[in-house]
Amino acid sequence: MTMKKINTPLSDDDVMKLKAGDTVLITGVIFTGRDAAHKKLVDLVNAGEPLPVDFTGQLIYYVGPSPAKPGKVIGSAGPTTSGRMDAYKPTLMEHGLKGSIGKGSRNQAVKDALIKHKGLYLASTGGAAALLAKTIKKAEVVAYPELGPEAIYRLEVEDFPATVVNDAYGNDIYEEGRKEYEITG
Amino acid sequence: MREVNVADITAAIAELSMDANYNLGDDVYKAFYDALEKETSPTGKNVLEQLITNANIAKEEQVPMCQDTGYAVIFVELGQDVHLVGGDLNEAIFEGVRKGYGDGYLRKSICEPITRANTKDNTPAIIHVDVVPGDKVKLTIAPKGGGSENMSAVKMLKPSDGAKGVVDFVVDVASKAGSNPCPPIILGVGIGGTFEKVAYLAKKALLRELGSSNPDPFYAAMEKEILEKVNKLGIGPQGFGGRTTALAVHIEVFPAHIASFPAAVNINCHAARHKEVTI
Repeated sequence: MTMKKINTPLSDDDVMKLKAGDTVLITGVIFTGRDAAHKKLVDLVNAGEPLPVDFTGQLIYYVGPSPAKPGKVIGSAGPTTSGRMDAYKPTLMEHGLKGSIGKGSRNQAVKDALIKHKGLYLASTGGAAALLAKTIKKAEVVAYPELGPEAIYRLEVEDFPATVVNDAYGNDIYEEGRKEYEITG
Repeated sequence: MREVNVADITAAIAELSMDANYNLGDDVYKAFYDALEKETSPTGKNVLEQLITNANIAKEEQVPMCQDTGYAVIFVELGQDVHLVGGDLNEAIFEGVRKGYGDGYLRKSICEPITRANTKDNTPAIIHVDVVPGDKVKLTIAPKGGGSENMSAVKMLKPSDGAKGVVDFVVDVASKAGSNPCPPIILGVGIGGTFEKVAYLAKKALLRELGSSNPDPFYAAMEKEILEKVNKLGIGPQGFGGRTTALAVHIEVFPAHIASFPAAVNINCHAARHKEVTI
């Protein structure tokens, strides 16, 4: 199967070239964030305060890695369920975020925000955490160190594999893929 | 009476915590290869290949196959002729989890439910003790990830719902779970007992060797029927569409009250981790 190579940060053009179902290899910087970090970020936005990270054109990876063994850049680092971040994603997209990487389906508000702000929702393989960690070349905490595995990390990745689930045209590979392979009766 | 020092239980639990998280069972490997042969979706095949490579990396480098190293669920079969010495059994198990999750670089994922404050050492563990004949202690650890646990369900059916009621319920739970529990999944199904017993049966069903059948031909046929129906849903590996939504369905049964018909589905992701040892 063909893989499209993309580099972060993403431009509107980069986003519009991708369709749901495309498999991509991501190179560049991605940021991590889970429930607790998202809540803090959106609380800052609501209070009119600046964000600790410039998310313009960037992707957030929903991950809470396991601790790094000595000599390793990071521990195992697969995606967590994205639905828990649905409440926060549209707000962050208003502040420049281009998309996110996780696993599992998103709500309509997120899908609408992807169309409005030209964004993407991608999934990496849930449970392939040891394999995905191999594509992470550098990891440093850039915000909320007190959250431990839930802190915001700046990751440098090379050929990080992911599949576009929701594109900026309103397509959803979870719905389309399921329809294609469903056997009724 | 045979004396067993709880320090041996601590050491065993620490070892099992790491073993279960690093080394995927041969039964799951086999299920991946079988699925790869049957899967027709290219994206689905790619996912299955990634899962095999991932399990190989985890085994070679002795790192967790999934970053969610789970809630430590421990099953103890305690021989009634065993006299435990050297301390408290529960504390000995917690200490084993503390040591295994610390020394093994496993993620600490347990928190206070409302404040979400992390306990920082992955304790407490969930402990199920069964007293059995004999003078041995059998310990099984099944680290359980949150993503698939969140998609599990218990339902108090009506006795008139019958076998079809159970089948429809299980298929519906798998259908609604969709891509969330990291398919391909394993479905542990409990039928009968009481409200709490049926959930325990569903969890226990996940410990069976992958793809083994219920010894009762009636329930073995039901396992097969559910597996076929779930794999017709089209969800596929990681939900991208495909033939492999579930790798196996395991049913465990217990007599129910004449007024009741409880059923439970415990979903496990493909990282079906469990290891055991007998002391």
